[in-house]
Amino acid sequence: MVSVKSIPSPVIAEERSHEADHPTSLVVRFGADQPLKLDCGVDLSPFQIAYQTYGTLNAGRSNAILVCHALTGDQHANNVHPVTGKSGWWDTMVGPGKPLDTSRYFIICPNVIGACMGSTGPASANPATGKPWGLDFPIITIPDMVRAQAMLLDRLGIDTLFSVVGGSMGGMQVLQWTAAYPERVFSALPIACATRHSAQNIAFHELGRQAVMADPDWRGGRYADFGLHPHRGLAVARMAAHITYLSGAALHRKFGRRMQDRELPTFSFDADFQVESYLRYQGSSFVQRFDANSYLYLTRAMDYFDIAADHNGVLAEAFRGIKTRFCVVSFTSDWLFPTSESRTLVHALNASSARVSFAEIETDRGHDAFLLDVPEFFDISRAFLHSAGKARGLGD
Amino acid sequence: MALADRTPQLPGIAPDHRSDYLLVAEMVASGSKVLDVGCGDGDLLQLLESHGIDGRGIELSREGVNRCVAKGLAVVQGDADTDLVNYPDDAFDYVILSQTLQATRQPKAVLENLLRIGRRAVVSFPNFGFWKMRLQLLIGGHMPRTENLPATWYDTPNIHFCTIKDFVQLCEAINVKMERAVALDNFGRPVPLNLPWWVWNMFGEQGVFLLSRGGKAR
Repeated sequence: MVSVKSIPSPVIAEERSHEADHPTSLVVRFGADQPLKLDCGVDLSPFQIAYQTYGTLNAGRSNAILVCHALTGDQHANNVHPVTGKSGWWDTMVGPGKPLDTSRYFIICPNVIGACMGSTGPASANPATGKPWGLDFPIITIPDMVRAQAMLLDRLGIDTLFSVVGGSMGGMQVLQWTAAYPERVFSALPIACATRHSAQNIAFHELGRQAVMADPDWRGGRYADFGLHPHRGLAVARMAAHITYLSGAALHRKFGRRMQDRELPTFSFDADFQVESYLRYQGSSFVQRFDANSYLYLTRAMDYFDIAADHNGVLAEAFRGIKTRFCVVSFTSDWLFPTSESRTLVHALNASSARVSFAEIETDRGHDAFLLDVPEFFDISRAFLHSAGKARGLGD
Repeated sequence: MALADRTPQLPGIAPDHRSDYLLVAEMVASGSKVLDVGCGDGDLLQLLESHGIDGRGIELSREGVNRCVAKGLAVVQGDADTDLVNYPDDAFDYVILSQTLQATRQPKAVLENLLRIGRRAVVSFPNFGFWKMRLQLLIGGHMPRTENLPATWYDTPNIHFCTIKDFVQLCEAINVKMERAVALDNFGRPVPLNLPWWVWNMFGEQGVFLLSRGGKAR
């Protein structure tokens, strides 16, 4: 096992578990009369969705953009995170004058079902026991997340979204939105994603899950009952996943073979190299804010995602006759969701005669590029939303 | 591959639009759905959209695609030779191939695909039978280069040059109907219609054709 230098502080761990039921954000609760019908056959009830909003909904309710977060994201896209104290995960994209311009659009960012920042998930209290659900929580899918988001919008009185935007797992939700509720989505911006999870990606997820489950503190998923958290296993999972979010070129540019605070190798298994130190930091900071069981459930949801399979194996069927305007974005150095995946999507959209733009952005920053400062990506997102806004009558 | 923006102004025509673009735009009925294959920086698509046309584009170069998308155009990165097969039959009212035919690997297959995807096609291309071209080969003894086609033979993307006459023969061979044919001289002016074909083939610097599916049985 990796030695994680900074063992999560009990205070922060407590804050995290508190957030699962009592989020520091807006929250809507759905009672017994409004269960969430899950793909696995279970009716989840009661349940809640934590969300944040930025900007102002216009009188015509026509300027709402749903932002879908990725695997380890949450609703705090554009505000200080209540657990880590860090700035919002999509501050680069969301804000006044940013591509997702909060002076023009009303941004809604919900925490997905199964996550751990306030929407119901395995870290939430099971009403039957008063203790965290753990592995008693039903398996959820990307369509389940989207179904819950649609219920949130119903509650907010928003019939049609001006746009749905998201990268990676967020992009999967974007595609699911257009396939399940095409009439509710005026435009869609799926970024660095795919219409199904590849075998390689399922393999990486399985590696992460096995790392969590191999941690003796996991206790069959019941770690909370013992006041434990399998942070060593979860940190390893995060370290492995983090490598897949970068590119070889970016890692080499950033770290090379440079040593960490030393001139010579120590001839030990200490973190001699900067890249090791960096990965250990990524692992240890992640476990402070994320629940291990949530990681299992959300990776599983991505594994099960396959839009074509839900439409008789024909991807174009999912988008037949769709009026939604699409802008598909991929990044050249993303090997987790390579451009070829986006191209498959674009071909299907073309075959459905959808209005689609497709831009591949040149960058060496890998899958994570959608979270970073990549000006060409911002320009394209801004222009796409601007022209869709004109067509929607949002004006200049 | 794009022609330089040096075409003199035609009366009553905005100076920022090339005359071949205006001619193409004139051939496309407003309100129709159009695919521009090899749309470059999207200038023609923008012109068409300003005429109320639902336009889409395919462009080979990533830079071109990104500039188009940044203009709000619906453009995807793709290759005319390999990606047209992914489009269903009758997906568009018009498919445009503007100054791109000579750069494709399989011009015949591309042309057939244009008229499978679209009910009509508009094709414009530089005429290799233009007198200046002929003169350079005849007198100069070297591959022709013009202001519009400045590339040398070894670095040109244009691998399948043809004359207007060649193109007409290809249309006949694959049973494509020519609804309109216009040759533009090197000032971007139409060569008068009443003149015979050989004059067009000599004095037309480029040809612009509106095509539809032929009715003849093979």
